[in-house]
Amino acid sequence: MRHEIVEKNVGLLAVLVLVVISFGGLAEVVPLFFQKQTTEPVEGLEPLSPLELAGRDIYRREGCVGCHSQMIRPFRAETERYGHYSVAGESVYEHNFLWGSKRTGPDLARVGGRYSDDWHRAHLYNPRDVVPESIMPAYPWLFENVLDGGVVEDRMRAMRTLGVPYTDEQIAGAREAVHGEREITALVAYLQQLGTVLKDAR
Amino acid sequence: MNHLWGDALSGFWSAWIIVITLGTIAISAWVLFANRRTDKTVDAEGNVETTGHAADDIEEYDNPLPRWWFQLYVGTVIFALGYLVLYPGLGNFAGLLGWTQEGQWEAEVARAEERYAPIFEQYQQVPIPELARDGEAMDVAERLFLNNCAVCHGANAQGGYGFPNLTDDAWLYGGTPEAIVATLTNGRNGLMPAWQQLGEDNIENLTQYVLSLSGQASDAQRAEQGAAVFASVCAACHTPAGTGNQALGAPNLTDDAWLYRQPGQPLEASIRQTLRNGRNGHMPAQAAYIGEDKVHLVAAYVYGLSRRD
Repeated sequence: MRHEIVEKNVGLLAVLVLVVISFGGLAEVVPLFFQKQTTEPVEGLEPLSPLELAGRDIYRREGCVGCHSQMIRPFRAETERYGHYSVAGESVYEHNFLWGSKRTGPDLARVGGRYSDDWHRAHLYNPRDVVPESIMPAYPWLFENVLDGGVVEDRMRAMRTLGVPYTDEQIAGAREAVHGEREITALVAYLQQLGTVLKDAR
Repeated sequence: MNHLWGDALSGFWSAWIIVITLGTIAISAWVLFANRRTDKTVDAEGNVETTGHAADDIEEYDNPLPRWWFQLYVGTVIFALGYLVLYPGLGNFAGLLGWTQEGQWEAEVARAEERYAPIFEQYQQVPIPELARDGEAMDVAERLFLNNCAVCHGANAQGGYGFPNLTDDAWLYGGTPEAIVATLTNGRNGLMPAWQQLGEDNIENLTQYVLSLSGQASDAQRAEQGAAVFASVCAACHTPAGTGNQALGAPNLTDDAWLYRQPGQPLEASIRQTLRNGRNGHMPAQAAYIGEDKVHLVAAYVYGLSRRD
């Protein structure tokens, strides 16, 4: 009985299990790395500005992705409410993805330009001030914390190693662009650009 | 928008997917049949054969697989093959049904369009003041308002700090049907410049004067001094009488409607803040989101809000 060899050698068993379960990924994931649809940006897509990138870090730090998805699926109910469905080409500069998987709050994939800056500030300071029935937490510290811009250049360099086409000039001016700004300004700047590249494609 | 859904795979990757997918199914089937015992031999004493595995004297029977389980396994293999023939799954092979995610979405949208477009088209023909009295149309409009407008203007349309109340008679950009449609279609950008450079003394004088315009309690002496500054600095937009200018979105300062009246603060504190820092009200254009037909309908709803008898 040859399978006795496999059953009695845990290391071999583990290797063979990995081989078996890798077939799914090999067929479904690997070809995507070589397909234009997923590797080429949609027309007009630009890397985030330093301030927007800093805002994105705040979005991650505060765990916004836990309650807000950034992924509009191709169903009419979703495209009616949120706009054009999300496409892969919009996410090629995204590292890591913030698509999310849970909607306690609404999807934010195309929230950019939907509301005014003032609305976002009022809403983030205390959501109940503008939406009385909201259960979203308030983020008042974003209005006090000031960014020193210390890490944004490193962040942009890291993004560049992952294929985001930042130029040397953009990186050189990044610290100054962010330094002294309040966190809320950065976060609102990030939110206001979300999904705007494909905005009119309904 | 076909380019958004992407290109065909290259021949290599298409073949890669087909080989792995069909290979996995084939191996799964082979594993089942290669290891299956179909016969069950019982020896003279009624004992069934064992696999020979023994752990702590516990032995493992070598019975055939239960029939229902075996058939279920075969069933999944058949289902997988059937699915791959009908739907896209094997590389560039599109499947016999020609199904695509995009196509399904388009069909869904087209179905809805066919059903709802005539309704909105019908509303589009009705003038706004008349449409505002159509109960059924306003039920539809209310839902549109709640989905698109209530986030800023409130579910009751009474607005809030920095967001206009739509139920009163005070209109920043005019309350005629045409003005409301223009506001909804193109959005609005309010701009009140900051007047810090006038100095704190002048700002206090102006604050008292602005309070006096709407008959609020104010310091008469300072208000008098503020009047002169108002005439030279503020009157250009707010008019010399302070009644505002709807072409610019400059509010009427003589009524009791205050766009920027911070809750929990005296009114004069908000006026001071407005004078010092200016204001930038922004209403996003809605036509791109809801389309012209629905703009017409929502405009009728907004028109009716302040004209409920």
